[in-house]
Amino acid sequence: MIPRFADGDWVRISLRTERRHHRVPAYAKGQVGVVERVCDDLFHPPEEIAFGDAGRWEHVYRVRLRQTDLWPEYGGPEHDCLELEIFEHWLEAADE
Amino acid sequence: MDTSSSFASQRIGPHDMGGLPAEAIDRREHDAAYWERQVDAMVMLLFGKGVITDFAQVRRGIEALAPDVYERLSYYERWASAAADRAIEQGLVTREELAERVAAIRKRTAL
Repeated sequence: MIPRFADGDWVRISLRTERRHHRVPAYAKGQVGVVERVCDDLFHPPEEIAFGDAGRWEHVYRVRLRQTDLWPEYGGPEHDCLELEIFEHWLEAADE
Repeated sequence: MDTSSSFASQRIGPHDMGGLPAEAIDRREHDAAYWERQVDAMVMLLFGKGVITDFAQVRRGIEALAPDVYERLSYYERWASAAADRAIEQGLVTREELAERVAAIRKRTAL
């Protein structure tokens, strides 16, 4: 299964409403970051397996976000970052 | 730190608390109580028996708690609640059987 994104790609975490269990924190939705790595395994999407449907496997990416993007009043250094592991179906191609 | 920004409307439940104002975190180590170890062991057994096949099924149960219940319950109480929900959903026990058993244990251990 070929990953849709590669290391170094810019991605946007989808800004969409999902009421089922999922693994994207509210503060990260709509944020743009860079793929730090493609995680070395495939996983079942939480939205599906939480309710018993385990048919699909998906790539997960470690996405690096800038702290200064996440928190407008962030007081730390410009280069501080936060990495989140995000399922492929939550990511869209983006520009820097 | 910005705490009142746009993402608040994206929150889907009390567990989705990243970025909200919070008190200082107590970082001291502490031992798990015996019942907490039992809950952990029970969840692992439910995995072993295939009643739970992915931790998302436990997280879903925890996130389904009403906000006031979520805040009131401790970490392993939330696990226990989610494990019970899953066991009921999977037909391992009925809600009535579970309630009877809880009542019997309460009676036995009442001081």
